[in-house]
Amino acid sequence: MGSEMKTKEELNSDAERLLEPILAKKAAGGTISPKERLAIPVQEMPTQDPAARGKNVSEVALGYGECQARLEAERCLGCKNAPCVRGCPVQVPIPRFIEEIQKGDFKAAADTIKETNLLPAVCGRVCPQEKQCQLECTVGKSLKSIDNAVAIGRLERFVADWERENNKVTVPEVKPGTGKKVAVVGSGPAGLTVAADVAREGHRVTIFEAFHKTGGVMVYGIPEFRLPKSIVQAEVDILKKMGVSIETNFLVGRTRTVKELMEEDGFDAVFIGVGAGLPKFLGCPGENLVGVFSANEYLTRANLMKAYDAEKSATPIYQSRIVAVIGGGNVAMDAARMALRLGAAEVHVIYRRTRDEMPARAEEVEHAMEEGIVFDFLRNPEKILGDDQGRVTGMEVKKYELGEPDASGRRSPVPIAGSEYIFDCDTVIVALGNESNPLLTKTTDNLDVDRRGRIIVNEDQKTSLDRVYAGGDIVLGAATVILAMGEGRKAAAAINTLLK
Amino acid sequence: MNRIISKKQLSADVYEMTIEAPLIAKSRKAGQFLIVQIDTDWGERIPLTIADADPAAGTITMVFQTVGASTHKLAVLSPGDSVENVLGPLGNPTHIEKFGTVVCVGGGIGVAPLFPIVQAMKEAGNTVKVIIGARTKELVIFEDRMRKYADELVIVTDDGSYGRKALVTEPLREFCEADPKPDMSIAIGPPIMMKFCEKTTAEFDVPIMVSLNTIMIDGTGMCGGCRVTVGGETKFVCVDGPEFDGHKVDFENMMIRMRSYKDREDRDHHTCHIGLGIEPHAAPGGK
Ligand SMILES: Cc1cc2nc3c(=O)[nH]c(=O)nc-3n(C[C@H](O)[C@H](O)[C@H](O)COP(=O)(O)OP(=O)(O)OC[C@H]3O[C@@H](n4cnc5c(N)ncnc54)[C@H](O)[C@@H]3O)c2cc1C
Ligand SMILES: Cc1cc2nc3c(=O)[nH]c(=O)nc-3n(C[C@H](O)[C@H](O)[C@H](O)COP(=O)(O)OP(=O)(O)OC[C@H]3O[C@@H](n4cnc5c(N)ncnc54)[C@H](O)[C@@H]3O)c2cc1C
Ligand code: SF4
Ligand code: SF4
Ligand code: FES
Repeated sequence: MGSEMKTKEELNSDAERLLEPILAKKAAGGTISPKERLAIPVQEMPTQDPAARGKNVSEVALGYGECQARLEAERCLGCKNAPCVRGCPVQVPIPRFIEEIQKGDFKAAADTIKETNLLPAVCGRVCPQEKQCQLECTVGKSLKSIDNAVAIGRLERFVADWERENNKVTVPEVKPGTGKKVAVVGSGPAGLTVAADVAREGHRVTIFEAFHKTGGVMVYGIPEFRLPKSIVQAEVDILKKMGVSIETNFLVGRTRTVKELMEEDGFDAVFIGVGAGLPKFLGCPGENLVGVFSANEYLTRANLMKAYDAEKSATPIYQSRIVAVIGGGNVAMDAARMALRLGAAEVHVIYRRTRDEMPARAEEVEHAMEEGIVFDFLRNPEKILGDDQGRVTGMEVKKYELGEPDASGRRSPVPIAGSEYIFDCDTVIVALGNESNPLLTKTTDNLDVDRRGRIIVNEDQKTSLDRVYAGGDIVLGAATVILAMGEGRKAAAAINTLLK
Repeated sequence: MNRIISKKQLSADVYEMTIEAPLIAKSRKAGQFLIVQIDTDWGERIPLTIADADPAAGTITMVFQTVGASTHKLAVLSPGDSVENVLGPLGNPTHIEKFGTVVCVGGGIGVAPLFPIVQAMKEAGNTVKVIIGARTKELVIFEDRMRKYADELVIVTDDGSYGRKALVTEPLREFCEADPKPDMSIAIGPPIMMKFCEKTTAEFDVPIMVSLNTIMIDGTGMCGGCRVTVGGETKFVCVDGPEFDGHKVDFENMMIRMRSYKDREDRDHHTCHIGLGIEPHAAPGGK
């Protein structure tokens, strides 16, 4: 791949050549036939060169140029039944926004997306499109591969970036003040969405965030090279312009309880969007040796605390030579690629199943492979080994094979007896995902949670407590940005009805 | 926010700082701590115990020892300045009840976080015996404050420059040998001190609570960086602690984990001294 990789400019001028006759035909009153649309090549995402990007934290995917975006948009057939929309958890009006791109009206395209999705610049980058909107796309189906689907996510990203970079972002109109107060706990995608939707109705919103920065996993977990922090910041800035107040360094349950917020501080409703935030460990011997980290810790040091810049950042990060990352999801990909950028000579992803079962976004797996991350499939650690200083020296790893499908429909890994071997490494990053952090739920009386600590809600996202709503990972278990947003929208609608 | 009201130097490298934090002042209880960060973009998040609070004035007090870069940067701030980020109160409050006789052992800077516990134990009706240990006379802090609440107070120094020349475990052993023996003991200080206090009390079957000071980031249970092995299980100090049954803590593992970033800390400590114009001195002992 590396040698034939084209720059963003080259890709855009290639696209321009193909776009010209199409635009000319349309200008002359002609129409583009479905056959012609299907013949347009899928527009490749320009990326930073794999060798260079392994050494910096700048964004890997560079985004389409205008011609690429318009050409990719021409691939869309504008299906009447819009199967793609059904695949999107928040039903972005996909054919309509793509049609605006075809017309060259990027602002209208952005406004169309925002009818249902408040964070298109984020979702365009991090949604698992190949399992959602693009999975259902007619073009992909006609061309017999999901890889040939219309690149809906990339188009979404393009218009959102275009709008922001050209200072075309409009601050949503806020209705006259109602005097009602709403507390939003947590500033991840769920909380930010609720804040926007509730503030629009004229209610006074305060976001309470435990960390010193807003954005939740979007700032402490997902790395800069995949989601630049400035994008999240821009979204937060809009909220501020809408009059939303933000209290960072505020741990609800400790600094103030939910009850105090409602009974003493006069909040008329509360939304809980505290995320999952409890790292899983292996539960195997050696998990507390020096050099074993949760992905949350590793990524928080690297992202939120900016440990990648060792000169300026006061937060240290472990110096590693050979890193083993355990897991196969987005969290594992992020940890592995971050470790590479922090100077590890070799990074291995150790996963119990195979590439087909990996829950990570396809694009991240591809990028990781291009960057030279080694994937050791059908493996799982049995034990972490250390030296007399208590530092990691390696792992005892067992081999697996795939057996029958389990409840999730994925073939389950079956250990192969006697297959253990020693894998030398000095760092182990456990990226098995997150469970529900109990801090808030334990300090809130009568808030019902399920067996796994997730808050139980009804169809309006209302919890067992009056005027208290919840959504996002704390309800769904570790899920996705778009699902968290979707729940936020539902909760906001319910809160707005409640406060009418 | 978090404006510094006053700063006092208690000894060569120990400072007491009172800051405005009305909500924390109101909700904090003995044994709880803060996460403090001096600079939002580049600073490190460090845990410090809430040594005292005045809910009426809306202030909290921290007492800290300048051991590395972040604590030094904190020490050079002055009244009127602000500490950019202060999160709290974190951790579980100390379990306070009427045990009977309670021995409270504080080593070095650990005396500061011990103080609110001594206060609360006394207020709960216990007979409170306090042991303060320090390397040398000028590192003894909180003597007067402790005297107000302690039924008995013993001061020991490593070099005998003040109080008895002994380690804290010596008077602790004597208290354990006394009749009646203590119903509860608490030790806060360097890990090695807590480890030996644990050993001493174990001989007499006296229960001991220790307050652990692992490396932390978020302080909310999200990262697992603060984890320790207690009774063979992994626990997070920030949310499961900071206090644990000392007889169950794996101190060896904890001490090893606290040295995770030794190289980087030593380097920063050095550069920080140069940056702040402080004469570099030997790294503090007991770490
Ligand atoms: C490394 C990583 C990579 C990921 N990659 C992707 C991806 O590519 N695509 C995708 O769709 N999803 C991805 N996810 C999942 C996605 O980030 C989450 O599903 C989403 O962020 C959940 O949003 P949320 O609003 O529920 O909570 P979060 O984003 O978790 O935010 C919750 C916020 O609440 C704060 N908080 C917690 N407790 C309290 C309290 N008591 N008081 C005040 N504040 C509190 C937290 O500090 C946090 O800021 C990834 C997750 C991780 C960890
Ligand atoms: C619950 C708790 C309460 C504490 N209370 C107090 C207190 O009241 N007064 C006080 O002086 N100290 C207290 N500490 C210790 C204090 O947090 C460390 O001394 C401080 O973080 C050192 O930072 P530094 O940059 O100055 O030094 P560094 O040079 O970075 O580190 C010196 C040593 O401090 C420890 N340390 C480093 N970074 C951290 C971190 N992020 N979190 C915790 N420990 C770290 C390490 O063991 C290290 O070897 C407490 C720690 C905990 C966990
Ligand atoms: S929000 Fe996500 S799933 Fe929906 S259209 Fe956009 S990229 Fe696709
Ligand atoms: S299914 Fe594909 S081709 Fe059809 S409207 Fe949606 S994006 Fe366009
Ligand atoms: S400091 Fe992160 S879990 Fe305790």
